[in-house]
Amino acid sequence: MNITRLRTSDIAEYLIHESFLLDSWRLPEWRALFTNECRYLVPASGADPYADPSVALHYIADDGFRLTQRVVRLMKKTAHAEYPRSKTLHMISNVRISARDSNAIEAASSFATYRAQRGNVDTYIGHHEYRLVIDEGALKIQQKRSILHMEALRPHGRITLIV
Amino acid sequence: MPAVLYDDLIRVDPERQSFRVARRAFTDSSILEREHERIFSSCWLYLGHDSEIRAPNDFLVRRVGGRSLIFSRGSDGVARALLNICAHRGAMVCRDKQGNARSFTCIYHGWVYNNRGELLSIAGEEAFGQRFKTDDINLTAVPHLESYRGFHFVNFSRQPVALEEYLGNAREFIDLVVDMSPSGMEVIGGTQEYSVRADWKLLAENSLDIYHGPSLHPSYLDFIAASNELRPDPMDGLGGRAYALDHGHGVAEYRGPWSRPVADWGPAMGADLRLEIEARHHDLQARFGQARGDRIAKLSRNLLIFPNLAIVDIGSVTIRTFQPAGRGYMEVLAWALAPVDESAALRARRLQSFLEFLGPGGFATPDDIEALETCQVSFDSCAREAPWNEVSKGMPLAEEGWLDEGQMRSFWKEWARRVAD
Repeated sequence: MNITRLRTSDIAEYLIHESFLLDSWRLPEWRALFTNECRYLVPASGADPYADPSVALHYIADDGFRLTQRVVRLMKKTAHAEYPRSKTLHMISNVRISARDSNAIEAASSFATYRAQRGNVDTYIGHHEYRLVIDEGALKIQQKRSILHMEALRPHGRITLIV
Repeated sequence: MPAVLYDDLIRVDPERQSFRVARRAFTDSSILEREHERIFSSCWLYLGHDSEIRAPNDFLVRRVGGRSLIFSRGSDGVARALLNICAHRGAMVCRDKQGNARSFTCIYHGWVYNNRGELLSIAGEEAFGQRFKTDDINLTAVPHLESYRGFHFVNFSRQPVALEEYLGNAREFIDLVVDMSPSGMEVIGGTQEYSVRADWKLLAENSLDIYHGPSLHPSYLDFIAASNELRPDPMDGLGGRAYALDHGHGVAEYRGPWSRPVADWGPAMGADLRLEIEARHHDLQARFGQARGDRIAKLSRNLLIFPNLAIVDIGSVTIRTFQPAGRGYMEVLAWALAPVDESAALRARRLQSFLEFLGPGGFATPDDIEALETCQVSFDSCAREAPWNEVSKGMPLAEEGWLDEGQMRSFWKEWARRVAD
């Protein structure tokens, strides 16, 4: 696969596939969309979203190991916050390529993710920023930063789903 | 015969050694109203940490006890707590969450106050009487603001006991956290703002509760094991005590399964940090003697300052406050606290440890939230027929252990004493 030939529509198709995996709770397959060493970041609402997670408190700042462990945990019945599993709907739009070079694509999408559980439907809104690379011949996510356009995680109280 | 206490909010049966709390404590709107008067309008409430408004003119806006407050460091360097309401017709004077400003201008009619709360100018001043501008036309200050070792508290009552007296013997445990560093502690940038669909007292209990660890958090313990940190038997060598403290405060102090950036190195922290962490441990021993140095370094502590400040000093330190925002619903604010003088690498590891356990995206806190929310749902639906919570573990013991509930009974007795008619 030649990354320089990928168009916005290819990226959109890829991100729609990601949403489908998340809505189906196929999380190990979702983890496999990422490179081995990777980052999944959710900055705290209201904070500078580009602050370095080694100096500023986030909601989530996973490296490759912790992202794998997050998926391992979420697949267990003892991940009580997500068992019984919530129903989710990951809506994305406004997919755009913001930068590219011969090795990587920076892309973004806007999202509204719905999570239904125990009588409540909570909505997470914001935009995702991706750094995509070719790894072992396949398009992979090297970093995903999900920036919430929310003042606080209220009334949600948790960000246990992959937004 | 069980003793019926405090308007039947608590029942103690000495024969059975049972301590019961009425579940209507979590569901009854009239109790929520009483709590507002008798707890959130009369106890010392945590406002913020000194480091959050470090420089002159720094300010932040925060809800405390249901009031919107401006926590401001004036141009004179003095920390103040001002009610965020214009003296004129009541609009919010400050709509930014935080910043640095010498003055606040009300958007409604343009009244301007300095950051000490003094009214500087009124638009159309010529139409007011010459003696109109008096002290009581300034921003209203919270009646009492006092601090203990960097933690600022407010009190909305007329004549409260002094903060130090209120904290009582809980001060010892605040000291153990603050003494981590000779250079002091600071709040790291970033606030976790979330909520729980449950009464605030459920989080007060939960912040002190270690008993639930093995049953509620096995997926976290699995994660610790995967991080190559845990002893073969997760509970081997672990343990500790819990204490009921003065005035409804309580604490559990124990050896936990995690490493501690303050000074208890484990393999999961990485070889690179070993020297620094061990040096910090030796420094603590040199400053405080071996026993206290080891206590600061190795023991974790879950401290609750009545009613709603938790200082949880585990694999990372969090300060957390929570307050009712309607029936069966609380708002939570959480921060990370750290020694000012730790290296960048240790700071990064501390934040990792924080996120691995704590907060709405952590591997443990969301399961606490889930448990508390299911409690609330059950109380709302079943409390009429099943009206009592049991908070009895440890009652027969002369010394309560880390997995007992005496520290929670301390909270409940103080709560009921204040709330009952």
